[in-house]
Amino acid sequence: MAENGKPKLALYWGSSCGGCEIAVLAIHEKILDVAAAFDIVFWPCVMDFKYSDVEAYEDGEIDVCLYNGAIRNDENLHIAQLLRRKSKVMVAFGSCAMEGCMPGLANFKDREQMLQFIYKDSPSTDNPEGVLPQLHVEMPEGDLELPEFWNTVHALDQVVPVEYYLPGCPPEAHWIEIAVGAILSGELPPPGSVIGMSVTVCDECPRTRSEKKITRFYRPQEIIPDPDICLLDQGLFCAGIATRAGCGALCPSVNMGCRGCYGPNEGVVDGGAKLIGALASVLDAKTPEEIDAILDTLPDPAGYFYRFSLAHSLLTRTRLEMEGKAPVASPYAEVPRLDPSLKN
Amino acid sequence: MNYSEINPAWGDRSPVIVGFLCNWCSYRAADLAGTSRFGYPATLRDIRIMCTGRLDPTFVIKALREGADGVLVMGCHPGQCHYEEGNYKAMRRMGLLRRTLAQFGVHPDRVRLGWASAAQGVQFAEMVIDMTDDIVRLGPLQWNDTIEDLGVGAFATHEEAVHG
Repeated sequence: MAENGKPKLALYWGSSCGGCEIAVLAIHEKILDVAAAFDIVFWPCVMDFKYSDVEAYEDGEIDVCLYNGAIRNDENLHIAQLLRRKSKVMVAFGSCAMEGCMPGLANFKDREQMLQFIYKDSPSTDNPEGVLPQLHVEMPEGDLELPEFWNTVHALDQVVPVEYYLPGCPPEAHWIEIAVGAILSGELPPPGSVIGMSVTVCDECPRTRSEKKITRFYRPQEIIPDPDICLLDQGLFCAGIATRAGCGALCPSVNMGCRGCYGPNEGVVDGGAKLIGALASVLDAKTPEEIDAILDTLPDPAGYFYRFSLAHSLLTRTRLEMEGKAPVASPYAEVPRLDPSLKN
Repeated sequence: MNYSEINPAWGDRSPVIVGFLCNWCSYRAADLAGTSRFGYPATLRDIRIMCTGRLDPTFVIKALREGADGVLVMGCHPGQCHYEEGNYKAMRRMGLLRRTLAQFGVHPDRVRLGWASAAQGVQFAEMVIDMTDDIVRLGPLQWNDTIEDLGVGAFATHEEAVHG
């Protein structure tokens, strides 16, 4: 507690887009309650604090830290560990901190592939000398340093212990209010809890569902879906069947399949595996050829199933060939097909 | 059996294949292969499940994550499932799972689906022999090597992370 008796609050962004910072402001005028109730001691997005300010705090002096963003370089890790040490309660705020989210998709590549594309090959890059970021650069004014960029993106709880998780990309305002309210009242759930629901998006979705028999998948640009019928029934990929509820089925309500940003439901180890199990079982096919024909209409299945949860999934990333000390991601370009003899 | 003679990547270890066998057909085929003394490589670690339709893709992924070099799923022949539809569900799930795993760099030959009725001990043994050949050729999967490439000194204990 500060001298004024207010609990101390810190907010930080690791590897993130900044959307979570905006989400904090989406609680509208309640942000004034937050400012009135807490002593904000660190929030680089909106207030002028230095890392040295945080280092100067006593261990455990910060009451609550809302950490958004994934961990993908030395700086993210350093600040995550520093804030963990200084904070009584650490909250993984949003999908990046909870399970890797979009930054985590970099785990389908390795560091060299990422740097090559971002700094050299992407169509919008103009870098004729092929300059890549360096850890140390000597300049006349002194040495410059950049944090090291990793092969593998991590979620927050893979590098420091986390007390609570607030899912969503970004978390919905009413859940932020609930979380802030719980912190202020001291009526917190047991450590390790996800602040959210334990049913799936289908439970909140207003669309009419019938027995599913998918004969092919459509991409959103290929059809105009009926606004009242379950999108999956119409062949549009929807992750709602295996995604935690809490958003109010926002995406399905506007004719877009759920992307899965609230992450796996309570008790699920690997959200992508659950999506595979749920989705494949409703394909309308009984022979390997029919199954392959339907699956051919679903490009990039791993991208659909692990869009938000790759870094926190069981496999975590694509395989690295470890021969020689330089790990290289090794995807197989070929699409595996079922053995025709399975037909019997 | 010294597998490193065929593929030096094996060193002194043997392939580990986790088998999920359905209670009604393939597990009995495995029993039959045993009681009939059909030889097959000691690479299979079989787990009995009631039906291949019960096979959550999580099981396969977890096996690969925790050190298996391959996963073999076997059930009743299509049309002969004890629960009528379970093996069709397994066929669809394995099709989608193999595509997904390929994007993770897991060779599709590492994850296979096959059928054997309770009377097909020979076919069961041949399937294990065939799959072992594939895995030996592909080499160890060793997912732990991939996962351990954290690029960071990840924390060892809660205490250490909190108090430095």
